Amino acid sequence: MTSRKPILFFVLPFGLLFAAFYLAPIGYAIKQSLYKVTRTGTFGPAHEVFGGLEQYQRVFQNGPFWESVGRVLLFGVVQVPVMLGLALLLALLLDSGLVRGKRFFRLAFFVPYAIPGVVAAIMWGFLYSPNLSPFTAVTSNWNLLSADLVLWAMANVVTWVYVGYNMLIIYSALLAIPQEVYEAATIDGAGPWRTAWSIKIPLVMPAIVLTTVFSIIGTLQLLAEPQVFRTFSSAVSSTYTPNLTVYSTSSIPNFNLAAAFSVVLALATFVLSFTFLKFTSRGGDK
Amino acid sequence: MGIMGICTFYFLVPIWWLFVGATKSRGDFSGTAPLWFADFHLGQNLSELFAYRDGVFLRWMANSVLYTGGAALLGTLLAAMCGYALAKYRFPGRELIFNLVLGGVLVPATALALPLFLIFSELEATNTFWSVFLPSLVNPFGVYLARIYATASVPEELLEAARLDGSGEVRTFFKISTRLMFPALVTIFLFHFVAVWNNFLLPLIMLGNERLFPVTLGLYTWNGQVNQLPELRMLVLTGALVSIVPLVVAFLLLQRFWRSGLGAGSVK
Repeated sequence: MTSRKPILFFVLPFGLLFAAFYLAPIGYAIKQSLYKVTRTGTFGPAHEVFGGLEQYQRVFQNGPFWESVGRVLLFGVVQVPVMLGLALLLALLLDSGLVRGKRFFRLAFFVPYAIPGVVAAIMWGFLYSPNLSPFTAVTSNWNLLSADLVLWAMANVVTWVYVGYNMLIIYSALLAIPQEVYEAATIDGAGPWRTAWSIKIPLVMPAIVLTTVFSIIGTLQLLAEPQVFRTFSSAVSSTYTPNLTVYSTSSIPNFNLAAAFSVVLALATFVLSFTFLKFTSRGGDK
Repeated sequence: MGIMGICTFYFLVPIWWLFVGATKSRGDFSGTAPLWFADFHLGQNLSELFAYRDGVFLRWMANSVLYTGGAALLGTLLAAMCGYALAKYRFPGRELIFNLVLGGVLVPATALALPLFLIFSELEATNTFWSVFLPSLVNPFGVYLARIYATASVPEELLEAARLDGSGEVRTFFKISTRLMFPALVTIFLFHFVAVWNNFLLPLIMLGNERLFPVTLGLYTWNGQVNQLPELRMLVLTGALVSIVPLVVAFLLLQRFWRSGLGAGSVK
């Protein structure tokens, strides 16, 4: 048994910061969300009083908020599978031995990940603008910044940034598969497609699950892209995504309601990713 | 091969476009072919960018490097220490801490930004360097990864041997274990670096003073003013190009580390 001191030395610095900047804000947000601001008379001084679940009632009655939740869910249902499908396909191609110049491709696909979401959104915002875009064949026929298409224009930005990152995670998992597994498959007469489908994909499932969870979390948190696109397109409102709602509510300022939005959003994210993890790990046991 | 070609085009053309765009004068930018060079104007664009409003852009770059580099270095060390202890020692509360950390991975950082702002404003500490820097130090996913890597790469026998030689636990960690975990630590560092570099909501909520902005927030505010001040457009483009250089260089230099380390977290 090691003495306590070194363990405290290792755990305490992170532990204290985690408590101060993760646990405390969660607690504080919950507390704030249970209060409300009242005024004596119309112009009297404001003070905070306990409001119970009143803010949550407002959250649940807030139409634009739930519209924004629906919007990011729709976004996620389409964008996450497309992005991860592409990432998986590219990882399998890199791993298949069919492709020469692996180093180059791996790097080329990964470079967009080095570009911050805000900067990527600014770049694509220009690329979508009809009078500046190099893709005039596309932008003259479709207005990518219109109300109908702007959500998918943003989905493209997110996909562009994150495919390479997800590809690398899956690719590293593929590299970790022992060679003997393939030898057995070759002896059984399995071709490259068959090997990919029946051996590789099941073996890298944990990596795919991990990337899916991170993508779900990321989707619900969409902020930088819509916030930037507000300058390019009037179709993006101040409540376009849940996080934008939180931000615009807090700049009113209505901190109590914004805190309630934050709590609901964090809880929804947590539940969704946790459920997905549980669901997939149960599937794996069978 | 066809798919690879199309994808390369898709991933690289926007960056090429940005590079070409940043080398043009304002007139050429909207008047000439977007994907090829006109008069080479990059030098003038850069000096204009660096001179604009007393060089505020360079200040933003320096801020970003400080926020991100500092937080990622220190944060990686703290995460490594904590993950290492969780992997190598049994102590009361170990499971609780690990579960809290795991829960922390699933709690989105953006959900914390607003309550952090409220807490910092009670302490009258918003709009300071520390209000962005301190929260950026905490990286639960780093602890999770460090625990996995420590289990995989630091053998018990080695620690026992070090103990028999009379080396203290802390000394063993810094002298032996961190070396064994080094590729993993680089991976954690890179993840952390990118996460902080990308963090937008926290500085957006926390900071009002332009001199404290990270470069992403700075470019965002300029981009929002392009309609009133059209001359900012070339500065935004050139600034965007300059802002992505450090991270691309870091990725290229640290390639061999992140390649080997990146997958380990998901395989186990």
